[in-house]
Amino acid sequence: MNIELIRNDFPILKTISAGRPLVYFDNGATTQKPLPVLEAIYEYNSRQNGNPHRGSHVLAIAASEAYDGSKEVVRKFINARSTREVIYTRNTTESLNLVARSYGETHLKKGDRIVITVAEHHANLVTWQRVAQKTGAVLDYIYIDKETGKFKEEDFAKIDAKTKIVAFAQVSNVLGLVFDPKPLINLAHQHGAVVVLDGAQSVPHQQVDVQELDCDFFVFSGHKMCASGGIGVLYGKEALLEDMEPFNLGGDMIDRVEEQVTTFAELPTKFEAGTPNVEGAVSLAAAIKYLNNIGFEEIEAHEKKLVTLAIEGMKKIPYVRIIGSDNPAEKTGLVAFTVDDVHPHDVSELLSAAGICIRTGHHCAQPLHIYLGVNATCRASFYFYNTEEEVAYFLDKLSKVRAAMGYKD
Amino acid sequence: MDVNQLYTDIILEYNNDKTNKREISCPTISEHGHNANCGDDIKLQVVLKDGVIADIAYTGNGCAISQASTAMLIELLGGKTVEEAMRLTRLFLDMILGKVNDEGQLEELEAAAYLKNIAKMPVRVKCAVLAWHTLAIALEKELAKKK
Repeated sequence: MNIELIRNDFPILKTISAGRPLVYFDNGATTQKPLPVLEAIYEYNSRQNGNPHRGSHVLAIAASEAYDGSKEVVRKFINARSTREVIYTRNTTESLNLVARSYGETHLKKGDRIVITVAEHHANLVTWQRVAQKTGAVLDYIYIDKETGKFKEEDFAKIDAKTKIVAFAQVSNVLGLVFDPKPLINLAHQHGAVVVLDGAQSVPHQQVDVQELDCDFFVFSGHKMCASGGIGVLYGKEALLEDMEPFNLGGDMIDRVEEQVTTFAELPTKFEAGTPNVEGAVSLAAAIKYLNNIGFEEIEAHEKKLVTLAIEGMKKIPYVRIIGSDNPAEKTGLVAFTVDDVHPHDVSELLSAAGICIRTGHHCAQPLHIYLGVNATCRASFYFYNTEEEVAYFLDKLSKVRAAMGYKD
Repeated sequence: MDVNQLYTDIILEYNNDKTNKREISCPTISEHGHNANCGDDIKLQVVLKDGVIADIAYTGNGCAISQASTAMLIELLGGKTVEEAMRLTRLFLDMILGKVNDEGQLEELEAAAYLKNIAKMPVRVKCAVLAWHTLAIALEKELAKKK
């Protein structure tokens, strides 16, 4: 992996901020786009733009081919059985809303149980709260050990015969823990529950095989893996998708519409109402090709190097506290942390003034922050285009944050 | 705006001044305020005696801007009538929104006038106005009771 060549593919990384190339460590929020992705979007709009699945002129056909062709790339990427199991959405959030509304609200009833973890992103939490409120199901949580960030295994007993849904993230966007979801998936299946796996923070960084995982639903966003915004994926096992109500209603998702009744289109179109985001789909296919070219083993190894360097450096700064495990071997490429007596917003402001972009706040995981007893945190999240030099620069600036806020030590 | 112009000595001084970061045992008013995006969360407590703010304090968490702004609010509004406090709170909010620029007019805000430049930093506006916005809600309820 040649980092110089890779960085050359990302025009935005050439941005000068505070007198040096911008350091972008907010990849957990969104990632930057390489030239092949930007070019694919340009090419599509320059040569193929039409409305797919509608009309019979050359551009309508070209757009259909671009859209449907990208789906085959996605199918192969996650190893779904067929493209009937791959639905395009706007993002992970919309994918989760689709599952909650079209599956959760129609398949759950009073007394059923939904089990999620306290570390979930609001998209995988508020959605289930709503399902519980509407159906009378009970929402229960798997908690984590506050030191290690690992799930409390005794809480797995909450998954019982009444449990209909088990939903959790493969990688938490705050804890960033390497985690094998397989045992939890198997446990849920033993009790007959449907498993919703949130891959927003895993898919960009590791190879995922939905058949091997055997999850029932799998969701992720394009923009967190070098594609453009507004394109997301919902994978679902075909039998489950067949048994679900449509999500949005309108164009393309229909079979036959009469004045009073409508029959719906086959999968996956049944869940894709309205003119889709074709350039987003094209950008996702281009991003997948780009990531595959680099190789996920290379990506994981590089991120491991960066996170190890970051954690080792942060441990040497006495007033920096790492959230969850501080063992680099257990971490994916993200670290959430706090600085004693300095609010995360101020940490971020000072780092931004030095040309470093990190995330600050509760990262759409308020229940986790409440559980951990922290108001807000900072998060540095890495991607394959970040460098060891950038991490060293970040550590240097981080070590000066307290002094900048008027503390003498 | 340069970050050094943001974290000025006066802001850092007020941020570190915890004199009025305390719980009042029997407040007349207790109002929560929070910023959903950054997790700032404060509780303002006020003791009213004959329409005058006899005591005012806060508890909670926030960034340096929000904490300094809260300390400035308390210093300015202690001893003022509810009406006067409401007028000054509105003046502060107008300053942050960039609606009032006149230095002479802003002198009334005392130390809080130093936050004027926040108007140029859209992402920090909500930090600066948290306490003032929270107090405005509480005082409006109080004024409505009077009517």
